[in-house]
Amino acid sequence: MQQHGPAQEQQREILVPQEDDLEQPPYLYPGYVGTRLRAPKEPLIILPKTLSDITGPVYGHRKPGELDNDLTRQHGGEPQGQKIIVHGRVLDGDGRPVRNTLVEIWQANAAGRYRHKVDQHPAPIDPNFSGAGRTLTDDDGYYRFITIKPGAYPWQNHYNAWRPAHIHFSLFGRAFRSRLVTQMYFPGDPLFFQDPIFNSVRDEKARGRMISSFDLEATIPEEALGFRFDIVLEGRDATPFERPHA
Amino acid sequence: MMGRKESLRLTPSQTVGPYLSLGLLREDWSKLVPPGHPQAIRIEGTLYDGAGEPVTDGLVEIWQAAPSGRYDHPADGREELPLEEGFHGFGRSGTEEEGRFSFVTLKPGPVPGPGGTTQAPHVMVAVFARGLLKHLITRIYFEDEEEANGQDPVLRSIGDERVRSTLIARKEAGSLYRFDIRLQGEGQTAFFKLSA
Ligand SMILES: [Fe+2]
Repeated sequence: MQQHGPAQEQQREILVPQEDDLEQPPYLYPGYVGTRLRAPKEPLIILPKTLSDITGPVYGHRKPGELDNDLTRQHGGEPQGQKIIVHGRVLDGDGRPVRNTLVEIWQANAAGRYRHKVDQHPAPIDPNFSGAGRTLTDDDGYYRFITIKPGAYPWQNHYNAWRPAHIHFSLFGRAFRSRLVTQMYFPGDPLFFQDPIFNSVRDEKARGRMISSFDLEATIPEEALGFRFDIVLEGRDATPFERPHA
Repeated sequence: MMGRKESLRLTPSQTVGPYLSLGLLREDWSKLVPPGHPQAIRIEGTLYDGAGEPVTDGLVEIWQAAPSGRYDHPADGREELPLEEGFHGFGRSGTEEEGRFSFVTLKPGPVPGPGGTTQAPHVMVAVFARGLLKHLITRIYFEDEEEANGQDPVLRSIGDERVRSTLIARKEAGSLYRFDIRLQGEGQTAFFKLSA
């Protein structure tokens, strides 16, 4: 359907967008209706690894503004719902901590409602909960948020569709190639089986890596339940790029 | 290999969903330099879906070198090339207004490519949206860098002129460039998979 010069055709490495990596979601996953008009259909083009993707924004490139890892103290009163601690480490594939990297989160309130003009779910807005936070990892790659457990919420994907409770996570890591946006789920959620977003990751063990674990040690007596969520990003320590020989 | 630490498996990607602006657009990070900067350029575009409709719940992020061609990052050790005071190369724009995104930035310089080649000035782009289970990666090249584009190893690897042309921002009035992103269908933007 496309014209290619024969010589040039050989140079073009292609990969069909419906990738076979079962540990990552594909672009087109028809059970998630939103992918149908948004997944690219042309083959992806392999991009050689260069300085352009082994570099990336690091802390200091943008002032994160006021860092705020406590979502329960952003208003005059306390938000409704179960107070929780969400914490863990951000690591690279070799298990080394990713230090000083920005972690941004956003979520629904305890009733399953986002404080967003597009969210029409008729559950109440909580005047004491905005549902967004951000922090930096420390020298051990460790981060910690204080928030409330988000509610499940209905959506229009299929009849009686409900999203399992989740918190959206955005991370940069050390390079453009380590950028990750994901969702953290809660253990034992009965809604997993019917959720196409969760199940778009077809490998069961890989799905498990998106589920936090209950953490008694992080639990604060009389106050908040602890959940542990470790995150693994692509990439290694930054090493100076070798100059190409002229 | 014996004794080598087993590598950890990556955390899977998930969509940003429709409410990404709550967490990711709390501040305007679309201006990498003040609009009054003498060398400022503006890059504008619209994000379209496969039906040709603007995507109003998307997010576009850019990452680029300084005008000298150096990245403000420890992996780029070419200290003889100057960085720009106050310019770091990262930007983020939502598409809430009729799918439109825009950046005020500086034109990047050429950067080293594989095997001693030189890559033409380009901007790395990551696209996020509801319906994208993982972000898409593309590049912005510049129409008025014809000679450098002709030598660029990535552009040269794409045989189909129509595909290649989706990566070139069109120069409009003055310092304004237009770069639309089409996720699917007629004129789909070329998207990349990063090699391991
Ligand atoms: Fe959500």
